[in-house]
Amino acid sequence: MGLADIVIKFVLIVIIFAISLVVAMYSTYAERKVAAFFQDRIGPNRAGPWGLLQPLADGGKMFLKEEIIPTNATPFLFIVGPSLAILTACIGSAVIPWGQKLTIGSHVVDLQVTDINVGVLYIFGVVSLGVYGVMIGGWASNNKYSLLGAIRAASQNISYEISMGLSIIALLMLTGTLSLREIAEQQHGFWANGWFTWNVFRQPLGFLIFIVCAFAETNRSPFDLPECETELVGGYHTEYSSMKLGFYLFAEYINMFISSAVMATLYFGGYNFPFMHHLGLSENLVTILGVVFLFAKIFAFIFFFMWVRWTIPRFRYDQLMDLGWKVLIPLAIANIILTGLITTFLK
Amino acid sequence: MESLSNKRKVLEIKPLNFLERAYLPAIMGGLATTMKHFFKKPVTISYPEEKREFSENFRGMHSLKRDEDGKERCTACGLCALSCPAEAITMTAAERQPGEENLYREEKYAAVYEINMLRCIFCGLCEEACPKEAIYLDGDIVPADYLRKDFIYGKDKLVEAPLNQ
Repeated sequence: MGLADIVIKFVLIVIIFAISLVVAMYSTYAERKVAAFFQDRIGPNRAGPWGLLQPLADGGKMFLKEEIIPTNATPFLFIVGPSLAILTACIGSAVIPWGQKLTIGSHVVDLQVTDINVGVLYIFGVVSLGVYGVMIGGWASNNKYSLLGAIRAASQNISYEISMGLSIIALLMLTGTLSLREIAEQQHGFWANGWFTWNVFRQPLGFLIFIVCAFAETNRSPFDLPECETELVGGYHTEYSSMKLGFYLFAEYINMFISSAVMATLYFGGYNFPFMHHLGLSENLVTILGVVFLFAKIFAFIFFFMWVRWTIPRFRYDQLMDLGWKVLIPLAIANIILTGLITTFLK
Repeated sequence: MESLSNKRKVLEIKPLNFLERAYLPAIMGGLATTMKHFFKKPVTISYPEEKREFSENFRGMHSLKRDEDGKERCTACGLCALSCPAEAITMTAAERQPGEENLYREEKYAAVYEINMLRCIFCGLCEEACPKEAIYLDGDIVPADYLRKDFIYGKDKLVEAPLNQ
């Protein structure tokens, strides 16, 4: 691996990091705009044209706010909580294939930070680490509402991780690999051998279970019980102020971005788009178009996240647990059996 | 019991069927409803730039009127102050001097005329009490301000602009 390769990798990492942060930043703006449109309002429109500078103003405000660490809180863990939340949110993007190979001069640039052969497992590891940020923050606040929010987050994430993992197992039975790059390559184009190549058409039930679990894992409505304002003031971030609060909110949006990217890669063909090799375009152009399509899919998913948030009211806690343990897990297991039967007898 | 309005509906509580228990059809319906609203025109009126149209009989800020020759109509009789339920109006009367006939219509006029906009309830009784048709609540919304003393409006803010200027 030459120096040029290292520099290219480094640039790629910085670009992906910057993109996740910018997307998360503008997700806050998009969330408010989308919410406004769903409620027949206009939304933020004062900072800059159409309110486009609103995220900058919010960020500036967050940085300038007073930093409060409650007397009874554990100072070290109180700071570790949000740091861990944002860290685990950011490192998930490392294994996502953002596009095919790009040829610049004599260099072939792989638009993926690292193609490890346990990519899906890595994503799961990172996602399950994510709950520690919430747990530690809620625990260290030494506040009963924060603690309740943290406990809710922990039990909710554990419950939904099981069915998420089970829904992925059915997918892995079809793909036969854990590498996200290979999974994306298998969904090449749109139509092959008399059926769609995208996994959502091979695993519709699995995708449904996965997306429900993704909502629960990112603590998005209707599963936003950890920060349920009506019952728990602010949930796990009740005691937080300033940029530490900002990190928690930011982590949620980055998580949303990453899980949208994962869903697009696993089920919606990643960077593949219909007729990608029948248009007679050059390889580089196809790659760039692929990146554009991947981002279009990701933004569509983010919009869907918001759409659901402003449609469905929050679950009651026992309903949440019911749905997780009594509905989604049996469904996921049934999906595995069904997939096994179909792959055995139809091939 | 017989219902008085005949609008009573007897509801049957049935156990939920499979589709209802599966949540998804209801969620789809909800998503369709919100998507319909997504494309609706917002009902927001961006206030300082656009203003909602007032009704015909809207009562806003007071104005002290002039007659067709541009003379102030108010004769400082005090009936408006007397009629005011919020006691928002005070005035000081003065006698018209020779040479001021083009300024004031009657021999007596209001040298000071003040309305406390924080007290005023915009009921319009001053308008009704005025025998000279000198005061009308035909203005705009009273604007916000920082200090209480700035809400006491004197003649500088209340009297209509002169005719030919």
